[in-house]
Amino acid sequence: MQKLLLLGDEAIAQGALDAGISGIYAYPGTPSTEITEFVQSSKFAHDNHIHSSWSTNEKTAMESALGMSYAGKRTMVCMKHVGLNVAADPFINSAITGANGGIMVVSADDPSMHSSQNEQDSRFYGKIALVPILEPGHQQEAYDMVHYGFDFSEKYKVPVLMRITTRLAHSRSGVTRTAAIRKQNELKMPSDLRQFVLLPNLAKKRYKNLLKDHTAFISESDVSPFNKYIDGADKSKGIIVCGIAYNYLMENYADRHVPHPVLKIGQYPLPRTLIEKMADECTEILVIEDGYPIVEELLKGYLGRGLKVRGRLDGTLPRDGELNPNLVAVALGKPDTYGLPVPELVVGRPPSLCSGCPHIDSYYALSETLSNLSYGRVFSDIGCYTLGALKPYEAINSCVDMGASITMAKGAADAGLVPAVAVIGDSTFTHSGMTGLLDAVNDKSPITVMILDNGTTAMTGGQDSQAFGKIEDICKGLGVEESHIRILKPLKKYHDENVAIMKEELAYQGVSVIIPRRECIVAIDKRIRDKFRNK
Amino acid sequence: MKKDIILAGVGGQGIISIAAIIGYAALGQDMYLKQSEVHGMSQRGGDVMSNLRISHQEIASDLIPFGQADMILSIEPLESLRYLPYLSGEGWVITNTKPFNNIPNYPDLEKIMAEIEKVPHHIAIDADAIAKEAGSSKAANIVILGAASPFLGMAYEKIEDAIRFTFRKKGDKVIELNLNALKAGRDFANNHM
Repeated sequence: MQKLLLLGDEAIAQGALDAGISGIYAYPGTPSTEITEFVQSSKFAHDNHIHSSWSTNEKTAMESALGMSYAGKRTMVCMKHVGLNVAADPFINSAITGANGGIMVVSADDPSMHSSQNEQDSRFYGKIALVPILEPGHQQEAYDMVHYGFDFSEKYKVPVLMRITTRLAHSRSGVTRTAAIRKQNELKMPSDLRQFVLLPNLAKKRYKNLLKDHTAFISESDVSPFNKYIDGADKSKGIIVCGIAYNYLMENYADRHVPHPVLKIGQYPLPRTLIEKMADECTEILVIEDGYPIVEELLKGYLGRGLKVRGRLDGTLPRDGELNPNLVAVALGKPDTYGLPVPELVVGRPPSLCSGCPHIDSYYALSETLSNLSYGRVFSDIGCYTLGALKPYEAINSCVDMGASITMAKGAADAGLVPAVAVIGDSTFTHSGMTGLLDAVNDKSPITVMILDNGTTAMTGGQDSQAFGKIEDICKGLGVEESHIRILKPLKKYHDENVAIMKEELAYQGVSVIIPRRECIVAIDKRIRDKFRNK
Repeated sequence: MKKDIILAGVGGQGIISIAAIIGYAALGQDMYLKQSEVHGMSQRGGDVMSNLRISHQEIASDLIPFGQADMILSIEPLESLRYLPYLSGEGWVITNTKPFNNIPNYPDLEKIMAEIEKVPHHIAIDADAIAKEAGSSKAANIVILGAASPFLGMAYEKIEDAIRFTFRKKGDKVIELNLNALKAGRDFANNHM
């Protein structure tokens, strides 16, 4: 079969389509977005009525998938690593309910924080939930693992977590569609209709069942095609290498032959027998893993006595950030390579708001409104508008997690910082801002919430916003007084008018909502180009 | 044959298109390919880079090691310097000379050019002007690709085919324009090596 040139994300999506999913659920988040987009643009998915529209947040996505699994069908849920925090409640409980139709949860980690606020490692979530984890090392493996994962999920009736990193998600390589394309499952109720009822008495039984299966998961890991023990003559060192880090190891051996025993990990829980074999054979173990030193910590133990384990914890590799071939070379005791130094004149070119972006006008108006007050009252959120923290705007003072702008403004106002302002985007508002707004309304908090409505989920590339056309009604429904819901057109020519409205609402001792509404400039451009192309 | 290429530019300048064209040409010759790109934040006028690796042997790492790139292909002069630590001793810098100035502290262009001149193997080309002559300044990235084409280790016709494939939905006129841009870039490189 001809090779397809696919991103890691796209290989996963193609794998899911070929494995017979009936639906994919997700909220956009770099670097996971392209998985769902691939399904959305697939003719096969469209012809076969595979659900692929965006969910409001990762929690609703995870729960919808659980419902699809309940009904007997295969489903995939995709998110970036911090999205798994949002979906953690249903995710961890889904391990207790177990699956009916196969479920795979894909979480894309971002070591080095290329476009994230932390570099948490999703493998910890797999460990908490006691579910199997698959970690592909390359695009072909990502494709193959999806089939394997759905089989595993249906065999043990358990959700399977796939952990990828930015580098795999956004790297392209040739992929062969090896597996037979499967039909979707028929609608089929769970054989025990109390399986999904997690009342304590029932949950206790389900949990015992999961613990028993977990022992089986370890045995499965020992014989998994994705955990390979490759022997080597030099036993002074054994190397355990996880997921994509395997590529960096191999890059350091031109003939692709490592003199030491190598255990390549692609499936968790860790394969106990294989690890014991390495510990018995080798004097020390080097652990190479992208993300947190989770395997290393496990092998080393708290006191680090006994088995000699090297890796990120003892400085053999850096404690944080993405790995690369050079870091691994140094860890192997090989010479490092380096080209020419970066000339001193090279300055940073940080990302910035696009020329013509509506957020620019919103920020200039807001900053002028606040200019006679002490600086530091604007709590913001996750999206393009977070760039308003940078020069020349310096208009916002926080960015923590989806929805935190409104609740942090409320908390600060509770503490006496009045007026306090929240700045949140339309899609982020429906993702996780609505509940916080209800808190503020119920407490009559003196805050002004600016919902920057550009009609799209801009930061991740312009996906549909679930908030579209609904924001005023949501605010009214949550109890914001209609006279304090103000809609602005963020344009230079309305600057003075907009400042006047902001001043009025800032003076109001209750919850007010200001909605600067103008379409994202990139979205307009794309819309016009699409229109032109279809003519 | 193995080529490790760093593609550099500013978000929106078309480095992903270059990668796609080289990628298509490579796959058409049964070569292996890995291409790692940056998405997300960097699209908003920030610096972007992509690691492109093509080889007749299977490729291990998605990332090119420091000091081992055969080429830095840049659509913007300042950006060509940012990735010099990746360049091997024999490697080439092929860069546009037309600056993309979207930052308040953009360095003096003459000083940038002086730094480019210091790289032992380099080709500096006003790709925007040449693209304009070829029919559209939008094809500056293709001019750069043309300038790199003598070093790619693949038949020129394969790159032409890849351009025809990439722009197939845009009509013959756009294909013609891009083929002209490619040739103009190649001619420039051949005359300035």
